[in-house]
Amino acid sequence: MTDNNEVYEVIVVGGGHAGCEAALANARRGIKTILFAVNLDSIAMLPCNPSIGGTSKGHLVREIDALGGEMGKNIDKTYLQSRMLNTGKGPAVHSLRAQADKHKYADAMKRTLEQQENLHIRQSEVIDIIVEDHEVKGVKTVSGTIYEGKAVIIATGTYLKAKCIYGEVEINSGPNGLQAANYLTDALKRNGINMYRFKTGTPARIDGNTIDFTKMEEQAGDLKVVPFSFENKASDIERKQIPCWLAYTNAATHEKIRENLSRSPLYSGVIEGTGPRYCPSIEDKVVRFADKERHQVFLEPEGEDTSEMYVQGMSSSLPEDVQKAMLRTILGMEKCQIMRTGYAIEYDCIDSLQLHPTLEFKEIKGLFSAGQFNGSSGYEEAAAQGLIAGINAGQRIKDHEMVVISRSEGYIGVLIDDLVTKGTKEPYRMMTSRAEYRLLLRQDNADLRLTDIGYKVGLISELRYAKFCAKRRAIEQEVKRLKSTTVGVKPVVLNYLEERGSTPLKSGATLGELLKRPEIDYKTLIAIDLERMPLDEDVIEQVEITLKYEGYIKRQEQQVEQFKRLELKYIPETINYDEVYSLRIEAKQKLSLIRPLSIGQASRISGVSPADISVLLVYLEQYKHKIGNDYEGK
Amino acid sequence: MLNDTICSIATALSPSGIGIIRVSGDNSVSIVSRIFKSVHKDLKLDQVKTHTIHYGHIIMPITDEIIDEVIVSVMKGPQSFTREDVVEINCHGGIMVLENVLKLVLTMGARLSEPGEFTKRAFMNGRIDLSQAEAVIDIINSKTQLSLKSSVNQLNGQLSKKMDAIKNQLIYLIAHIEASIDYPEYDIEALNEDKVKIDIQKIIKDIYELMRTYDSGKLIRDGISTAIIGKPNVGKSSLLNALLKEDRAIVTDIPGTTRDVLEEYMNIHGIPLKLIDTAGIRVTDDQIEKIGVQRSKSKLEEADLIIFVLDASRALDEEDLHIIELIKDREVICLFNKMDLDEKIDRKTIESVIDHGYMIDISAKNSEGIDALEHAIKDMFYLGEIDVNNDLYITNIRHKNALEKALLSLNEVLESINNKMPEDCWSIDLKNAYENIGIITGDTVNEDMIKEIFSRFCLGK
Repeated sequence: MTDNNEVYEVIVVGGGHAGCEAALANARRGIKTILFAVNLDSIAMLPCNPSIGGTSKGHLVREIDALGGEMGKNIDKTYLQSRMLNTGKGPAVHSLRAQADKHKYADAMKRTLEQQENLHIRQSEVIDIIVEDHEVKGVKTVSGTIYEGKAVIIATGTYLKAKCIYGEVEINSGPNGLQAANYLTDALKRNGINMYRFKTGTPARIDGNTIDFTKMEEQAGDLKVVPFSFENKASDIERKQIPCWLAYTNAATHEKIRENLSRSPLYSGVIEGTGPRYCPSIEDKVVRFADKERHQVFLEPEGEDTSEMYVQGMSSSLPEDVQKAMLRTILGMEKCQIMRTGYAIEYDCIDSLQLHPTLEFKEIKGLFSAGQFNGSSGYEEAAAQGLIAGINAGQRIKDHEMVVISRSEGYIGVLIDDLVTKGTKEPYRMMTSRAEYRLLLRQDNADLRLTDIGYKVGLISELRYAKFCAKRRAIEQEVKRLKSTTVGVKPVVLNYLEERGSTPLKSGATLGELLKRPEIDYKTLIAIDLERMPLDEDVIEQVEITLKYEGYIKRQEQQVEQFKRLELKYIPETINYDEVYSLRIEAKQKLSLIRPLSIGQASRISGVSPADISVLLVYLEQYKHKIGNDYEGK
Repeated sequence: MLNDTICSIATALSPSGIGIIRVSGDNSVSIVSRIFKSVHKDLKLDQVKTHTIHYGHIIMPITDEIIDEVIVSVMKGPQSFTREDVVEINCHGGIMVLENVLKLVLTMGARLSEPGEFTKRAFMNGRIDLSQAEAVIDIINSKTQLSLKSSVNQLNGQLSKKMDAIKNQLIYLIAHIEASIDYPEYDIEALNEDKVKIDIQKIIKDIYELMRTYDSGKLIRDGISTAIIGKPNVGKSSLLNALLKEDRAIVTDIPGTTRDVLEEYMNIHGIPLKLIDTAGIRVTDDQIEKIGVQRSKSKLEEADLIIFVLDASRALDEEDLHIIELIKDREVICLFNKMDLDEKIDRKTIESVIDHGYMIDISAKNSEGIDALEHAIKDMFYLGEIDVNNDLYITNIRHKNALEKALLSLNEVLESINNKMPEDCWSIDLKNAYENIGIITGDTVNEDMIKEIFSRFCLGK
């Protein structure tokens, strides 16, 4: 290292959704941070679908906001249309999704980064990481400059050795025709990091002026908008919304695809990378679900100031001429013009089992990673990891305790635990069904679950925290009041129940008990609830859900209690699994590789049996006595 | 998980009918006190002093029906084997009663202990010296391996088909609900509530029927039924004695001494066997012996494994050939007894008829060759050569517990539907039901579900 080196505390490699959160999480805590992007115009770019949120992803964005991240605020500023999905189902699966104005979204995020103190954004390609004695010291850029840092966060998305495939044409470029990063992979491999190659894809963009929308179904936004950020109120973000459109493929579309299958790189074997099951290309869908007569196609605007439309449901790597022909078979799209061709993209990423749940590499101290580089897919999954990697890089520098969100605290916890404990062989997408404590991990209570953590690490302001605490108190008090307020069998009560079509009372009941009935809601209950004080809507929402779903919530809380007992049994970092008498070989190998932090995490590793866990518990007990220090309850 | 209350039958199952059920954990005293009625009317178990013994009855709560006459010992932690509160119930009424008492304890909220769990707890709570840790691990391992092995065996054939059918019905419903939750904008057909209810009732019925087989189940719970057969006075009873290391059957040199069918339970390398010593099979005019021969033949029909004893010091005769004819297609271990005497038997003839069995030389009288026999039994069991699964039976109480929990969860689903709760609430309990079935089959709901969702529905951008 020489005097010409530039010196920072945290270095973020990549300016996508993970990189932005990681950089902000540090700079906002007063940590001197630099963020590199191959091209600064691609900061917070949305290279695929023009939307943020959706099932489970909406949950992630709310959690990011509760922890003090930026994604929720940024989409609130730049959305085109907002919808709460699944409102016909229970509150646990209500999911917020917003269509984003791509350019405004990226610009707003870049602006936020630019205005952030302690943060420097820099266009340059990072080609090497500097590691000494299993500890990261900095990075080197393509210009040969060395940037020193105590922590480095890699968030290179789909850029590493990226290759885009348009049917028979292959181009070595990153997403959207941007320059790929071709050197870092080898540098990482030199440092012992195990790489995978994944694949994903995106559909064509077509010119909205060439589409006859009258032949399609309009998909409007919600009348009552719910903001992503807990700091915004609906009135802060209300605006005129722009519709999306629904169309369908037909027999002619499928015929065109079948005719040209031999020209698809997926079927001809050109693509080597592992693609995700949940982002199948249209050719995949037609082959695998041959008897389905039509598939849905959603046309989504890419922005307010552009006529480009995203064709959701038609992701494809077929040659350009086939894409054009198949799109033109769709009703209303007979004359459509392609503006950008759909493509498949292959890129290098890591085997995520190399990471701790803190997102720090097990073998390289101070090196963190996040996002698609870790094998996930999706903007929200990336941002969530970026935030956690960022927070923990800061914790590392400040020598504070690392933050791990548990599976029972948030989707973020489920996401990261799945990645680092089970690993993934295809791009990992979040789904609500992956969360075992779904009823507790609702999008509406993300603040109640995570604001404390955000505050503790210094990403939630005193003012916001005070407001949050008041809200939490108000909910608790109102629940308590409703549970202890009894109404008798009086005419006013019986009348109310009759009006709601609910069975009459035979003896007294609490308001809380009445609220459990499907026909009764908080709003109308005021007829017999005379002592009620006016409360904010978000408080009322929590009170109502808490009481209505109390039985289910209690059952899940009991499950969480059991789960936590094992999560709190920590395994010392120094454990040598070869010394654990009588552990099966497969278990030894898996445990040595993954190095779980707790018995709970160990029990989720495939190939580690309940008997192995028993053996491990006994060994730990022995170990505890041997080393004489108490690692439990660390 | 670690500190909940566990129970199990602490003594080996034997037909003698005396057995101890041990309960350990925070709730052990309160659990047993709810089903124990002392002969002293005012005595409440949860108020007694530690290290006291009480005489009374195990009763069915509510109905007060007496299940067994028992002696109950209460040992509060830390002065107990596990250092937790421990209650031991000494029962007298035989295997069925013992199991009924165990079931009652389970119903009251205890959990069946894992293999070696009492010992493990004793260790974890510092009761056992650290130097014994490895022994503890061995116990856990050996017991687990055996129970794993036997549950794998059990899952061959019909039982596993039945389980798969139940699992498939469940995962079908779960995947449908979850796909529509994770992909609300796709045109997935909504589930019809009444149809779901009918489906679930059908699954409940299937599980219920499977559970009922537990009560009539006979296999591993009782041991692998093993018939010892041979013509009179070849040394069958001596063999039984050598195996059991006690004089149980009457051994004399007069042919036909063993008039009745004796049954003994024993463990060979952890494999439970129900040994049946039969009266010799031979042509006889003695009326009483005739009955014995008849019984021997029917026991032979029911046996899972046959140990055929031959006298190596005598030449083969009509009676031996008669038996060979009876057993030639069965799982057989041939024992050439009396290897301490001069050999006169023609082995070739036997080997030419029984070409698949084990042939072992022993001397039952001197207890020689018994090890080889034990190993043969072990090998046959582990290699799956002993087919203990010719019927559809649930034999493992852990499995039965799992099915019971699955039933409870499914009833919760029905209740959720009746209470007009949304689909995502149904799926919480559907998944619990699946997880419980998974305890038996070794599957986890998350992976199976995601596979099912994407193979059945066409989803994604």
